[in-house]
Amino acid sequence: MGYLDRQLSGPTDPIADAAWEEPRKRKGFFTDTSICIGCKACEVACKEWNAIPQDGNLDLLGSSYDNTGALGASTWRHVAFIEQTSDRIEQARESGRRLVDLGMPVMPPSQPMSPPHTAGIGPSPAAPGIDSSGGPVDLVGGMESAVAQATMAAATGTVPDFRWLMSSDVCKHCTHAGCLDVCPTGALFRTEFGTVVVQPDVCNGCGYCVAACPFGVIERRPTDNTVTNHGNAQKCTLCYDRLRDDQTPACAKACPTTSIKFGDLDEMVATAQERVSTLRDNGFTEARLYGANAEDGVGGTGSVFLLLDEPEVYGLPPDPRVPTAALPDMFRKAGMAGLAMLAMAAASFLGRRR
Amino acid sequence: MQDLANADCIVIQGSNMAECHPVGYQWVTEARLKGAKVIHIDPRFTRTSATADKHVPIRAGSDVVFLGALINHILANDLYFKEYVVAYTNAATIVSDEFKDTEELDGLFSGYDEELGNYDPSSWAYATEGEGEDASPGTIGGPAAGHEHGHSTSERSAGDEHGSGGPALEHARVKRDETLQDPNTVFQILKRHYSRYTPEMVADVCGVSVDDFHYVAKALTENSGRDRTSAFCYAVGWTQHTLGAQFIRTAAIIQLLLGNMGRPGGGIMALRGHASIQGSTDIPTLYNILPGYLAMPMVGNHDTWDDYVAAIANKAQKGFWANADAYAVSLLKAWWGDAATKENNWAYDYLPRLTGAHGTYQTTMAMKDGEVEGYFLLGQNPAVGSAHGRMQRLALAELKWLVVRDLQMIESATFWKDAPEIATGELETEKIGTEVFFLPPASHVEKAGTFTQTQRLLQWRHKAVNPPGDCQSELEFFFELGKRIRERLAGSDDPRDRPLLDLTWDYPLDEDGEISGEAVLQEINGRHLSGERAGELADMYTDLKADGSTSCGCWIYSGVYAKGVNRAANRKPGREQSPVAQEWGWAWPDNRRILYNRASADPEGKPWSERKKYVWWDEENQTWTGLDTPDFVKTKAPSYRPEPGTGGPDGLAGDDPFVMMADGKGWLFTPKGMLDGPLPTHYEPQESPVQNPLYGQQSNPARRVFPRKDNLWSPSGTAPGSEVYPFVFTTYRLTEHHTAGGMSRWLPYLSELQPEMFCEVSPELAEDRGLVNGGWATIVSARTAIEARVLVTDRMTPLVISGRTIHQIGLPYHWGVGKEAVVSGDSANDLLGVALDPNVQIQESKVGSCDIRPGRRPRGEAILRLVEEYQSRAGVTVETSNQLKTAESNPTESNPTEDGH
Amino acid sequence: MDAKKTFLSWPVLRQFRSGDFLGRGPAVTSERTRTLEPRTKTADRVVQSVCPYCAVGCGQRVYVKDEKVVQIEGDPDSPISRGRLCPKGSASEQLVNSPIRQTHVLYRRPHGTSWERMDRDTAIDMIADRFVESRRRTWQDADEHGRPLRRTMGIASLGGATLDNEENYLIKKLFTAAGAIQIENQARI
Repeated sequence: MGYLDRQLSGPTDPIADAAWEEPRKRKGFFTDTSICIGCKACEVACKEWNAIPQDGNLDLLGSSYDNTGALGASTWRHVAFIEQTSDRIEQARESGRRLVDLGMPVMPPSQPMSPPHTAGIGPSPAAPGIDSSGGPVDLVGGMESAVAQATMAAATGTVPDFRWLMSSDVCKHCTHAGCLDVCPTGALFRTEFGTVVVQPDVCNGCGYCVAACPFGVIERRPTDNTVTNHGNAQKCTLCYDRLRDDQTPACAKACPTTSIKFGDLDEMVATAQERVSTLRDNGFTEARLYGANAEDGVGGTGSVFLLLDEPEVYGLPPDPRVPTAALPDMFRKAGMAGLAMLAMAAASFLGRRR
Repeated sequence: MQDLANADCIVIQGSNMAECHPVGYQWVTEARLKGAKVIHIDPRFTRTSATADKHVPIRAGSDVVFLGALINHILANDLYFKEYVVAYTNAATIVSDEFKDTEELDGLFSGYDEELGNYDPSSWAYATEGEGEDASPGTIGGPAAGHEHGHSTSERSAGDEHGSGGPALEHARVKRDETLQDPNTVFQILKRHYSRYTPEMVADVCGVSVDDFHYVAKALTENSGRDRTSAFCYAVGWTQHTLGAQFIRTAAIIQLLLGNMGRPGGGIMALRGHASIQGSTDIPTLYNILPGYLAMPMVGNHDTWDDYVAAIANKAQKGFWANADAYAVSLLKAWWGDAATKENNWAYDYLPRLTGAHGTYQTTMAMKDGEVEGYFLLGQNPAVGSAHGRMQRLALAELKWLVVRDLQMIESATFWKDAPEIATGELETEKIGTEVFFLPPASHVEKAGTFTQTQRLLQWRHKAVNPPGDCQSELEFFFELGKRIRERLAGSDDPRDRPLLDLTWDYPLDEDGEISGEAVLQEINGRHLSGERAGELADMYTDLKADGSTSCGCWIYSGVYAKGVNRAANRKPGREQSPVAQEWGWAWPDNRRILYNRASADPEGKPWSERKKYVWWDEENQTWTGLDTPDFVKTKAPSYRPEPGTGGPDGLAGDDPFVMMADGKGWLFTPKGMLDGPLPTHYEPQESPVQNPLYGQQSNPARRVFPRKDNLWSPSGTAPGSEVYPFVFTTYRLTEHHTAGGMSRWLPYLSELQPEMFCEVSPELAEDRGLVNGGWATIVSARTAIEARVLVTDRMTPLVISGRTIHQIGLPYHWGVGKEAVVSGDSANDLLGVALDPNVQIQESKVGSCDIRPGRRPRGEAILRLVEEYQSRAGVTVETSNQLKTAESNPTESNPTEDGH
Repeated sequence: MDAKKTFLSWPVLRQFRSGDFLGRGPAVTSERTRTLEPRTKTADRVVQSVCPYCAVGCGQRVYVKDEKVVQIEGDPDSPISRGRLCPKGSASEQLVNSPIRQTHVLYRRPHGTSWERMDRDTAIDMIADRFVESRRRTWQDADEHGRPLRRTMGIASLGGATLDNEENYLIKKLFTAAGAIQIENQARI
């Protein structure tokens, strides 16, 4: 694929595309929600490091232990709390099983598979009927040892009466970032780490990025002279300043249980795959990966998640699509007219701004 | 803490570890990722339950039944670790045949004194060799220690003295039957005592299903033994009961039976809640002890120095407590220097005397009754954080003067203008005569010093910046206050002023012109005053002498400054050393990280297994060695046997791992030291909707109650009126806040995460009472009523107890109604009354009875009428629930040892 | 699609020179962005400390710039906490630098309706006076049997679980010498 073809959808290396002279390895988060204790250290560490003002009206939301509601201009990490009873847990498990059966990307197909992790049981021989061609592997069927089966039976046999899911959400730092692609001022840029960052000194608060984010992450901070960067678009920077000094982002550094991991994105994805395998080996078929699929509507995310239910349950879009992904197609159909219209729209906006 | 990662099974009970100790919980997470089973037993499904393998909902206050049933299960099915139990515990020890169990006396042990509401423990003693000739059974654990009745031991919270070891015994000559068959062995007594604690009883009393019980029993027993170890973690969910100390004792029995004490991945982890709450017990700001768990002298017991020494340091007993006289003399030398001489008994008479219990609740009541003039609050907010907030605030209003030292303008400093009692008209600002001094302190980064964390580890904090404005450390403030008090008394010839004037109070100053914390730590460490090492710092408590040649401010901390090096400041990065990490900070005693770790090796000194090796005997070099400092005399071979009758450390055999216990054994049965019984037994809380199904004795017969008009209780069990307060409430903390809120409710980043006071109720209770998620509810106890937003959640489970559904209501206690914080709200602690555990005088705040109704509480005086209406409907009087003995038996008649006392 | 950039003259050259043709990378970085440094790097000094909240004893690193605390975060060297902090520990900087933190001595006179500012030295003097007076007024030499008591029940204290060992030591030492025995802290609660 040519340079331009890659720019709005599909797999690509966004760092190379942005032509950094000294590119770094792409960095990202892996948030393993299966070990999150919902302590919200990430929320506080993030706010403290980035000097983010208080959010909301100090009201109890009545939404389990969540009182910050959602990601926004003044909440760059948000911990969701989801209370579920056994029927919903069974559904989550079933939907996880179906993912495998349907060849859905429990694991991202574009990434090389790591061998199924069997936690001390030793390598298990490939079982008959398993697709070993590199496509999605039925991990459940792949575990043949008696011990593993016993473990699995023990876990799957008992669906708990209740569970409480906690998950720390954050900006996805998409390979194809809608916010970045629509930003008319150059306030948003792709860093040498492959992350997407707002420059508050450049942002004019137009708000285009807000509508362009398929995850609803980026938001304008309301105008209020008492707080910093008011009126600007705000979101997670993956602690760009810290990254420039080889420091871990504040949230990942604080996380007491390493639910939030930070590192080279390829390693994060590999770790995530391994963890999903382990959980599924142990009968937790609801475990699945979110965001690590380069073929998805955002070209894969820079923040990947291990979820224990369908994404919607956590307030995440099941099939995020960056709105600008449709642009080339539109161009083909509308030709230069479309480009002209876009240019006019931008021109008129910038004209207004002055 | 890190050692939890070595556990194969972790039972968290009486603690919400993931929420209250999130960073410590990383070691539980790590253990679990390595395959350990994690079980959370708690009335509520919390963030700990969410990340455990199993949550077992339990009725608040019923833990002894659950744990007792585990003991029964272990004994009945021969699942105990035989070699360990026989060699290392007192299972084989024979108890006096005067002892009578609760199973015989309807819930009382022998020795109960109905008049005093307490026990004479003499019949619980070990049988002595030669018993039956002339020695009365009362001699063991008795006379040499000044045979002390439970009444006076309770009054001085003697239980606290055991913070670093067991109580004194007369000597170590006990009778043992290592076949465990003698009916009077501890083992057989234990078996009989817990025989009625069955899974069915658990279901009936705790509301825990038989299946869930077996799940826990299986996980624990399968993960204990030579190759595997299990750990218990608890916190104030166990201590804040009228039976609190016995909850922990029950777990100790399980851990001894399963052989999990003194071993890696084993033990019982007390998760303490404040940065240096362990330190403030070791070097106590507590009424009943002196540094290092030495007793404060009690009138009648310790009137003379000789009485005192005899009581604390019996030379005939085994173990290191036999040298307590050296620790006491060294402390007195540290405080009074040259004024402490052999002739004046080391200035022993400079110490004030206790006459009873003078704990914080007794003090509050005395304050309310106008007996206390001045009060210092040092980083503490009792108007919100202590039980019975109403009584706390009304007491503050009776003071002449109050000093509040806090980072923020807390409710205890502003009660005179915004206490809820002002809204009700009970208090009027202009009529409150209390003079209040508010002084801002230095924060933790604005002063240098040590915190002692939950596992006895001292860590030095370096000073980062100077405190702003008038802020000042407690060290500097008290140094200054002491100087000015002494100035005012200078020249006095009144003997009462000698202790202040003779006090060693000349400390060097640091570069900022303030008192040097390091100099104070050196005084705590101790030094040689005379002899060839005069002037040198002590290396360890074994350096200390009873002849006045050494000084030491806290004997258990001796060694923290050995060789002039501040070992609390040791900071070798964890990744550069073994997981035991002995070069990070300094743990008392002697930098040992796991106590009683001699038990990690078998009687011959070999590790119980390769997988669980920790400390072992090196035959070749004739020394104990391993991954930690051995908690044992280093060169004492496993085969060493003392001459019969030898006392002190030399009295311990080479296979007596419990070196601070008077017989070197782990105590399954406590012949002495516990004031409410030698074995944990189930009693209902002070306030409970349930009748004790095990005994006629409803609640702990030795608990401390305070029948007062301002401290009323709902009727319990089947008593008429109990239906007026039909629900159980329990109070707790959230991750996002800290205790009474002084360090969290003033911070926007924490306040926004949990902005409002709420109550947690099950969907069933919500349905029953018309409560709506997000709406308001009013919770009414026999003391007061508060309001809270409602969270309806499946995390609260109605439990079926004796065929009846019992609802529990969860109430976090972080909020107060002061106007100065970022967020405010009603305080859960206002609902509580004051009833205390007899051993340690801690209040029962984990369980109480209440009603709940939809809507906000009444305003102004109307709230008083609502509370009175409930009280009158329930027929509450000062006597309600305060009767100590409800058993049908008469233990004094069946206990001949009472004669002659 | 790159139309949005063509109206901005300044980065255009950089865009083409750098190869960031679409103006989504280095070409659009501002001076501020290009010189961004974390305050953990620019601090004058880093001091090792311990978290003041619960008793786990997590290591903290305190970053100081111009004699102000600019950041507090976990100390990765600590074998207990391995650099991690909970939400409270993570809020420590706000605890220290809170704009509503009290930094002045305040005094409420008996029956008063508001706080008054007071000099710290004066306050300590007044407290010392009251201490001595209350002690004298409430002194108990002996009990009814003549056994020595040598104490005051008129002065009490609560607190210490968040204080340093050295501080508790001085508090206990001073109060005990003064005969005040009702010295308590959170450990009883």
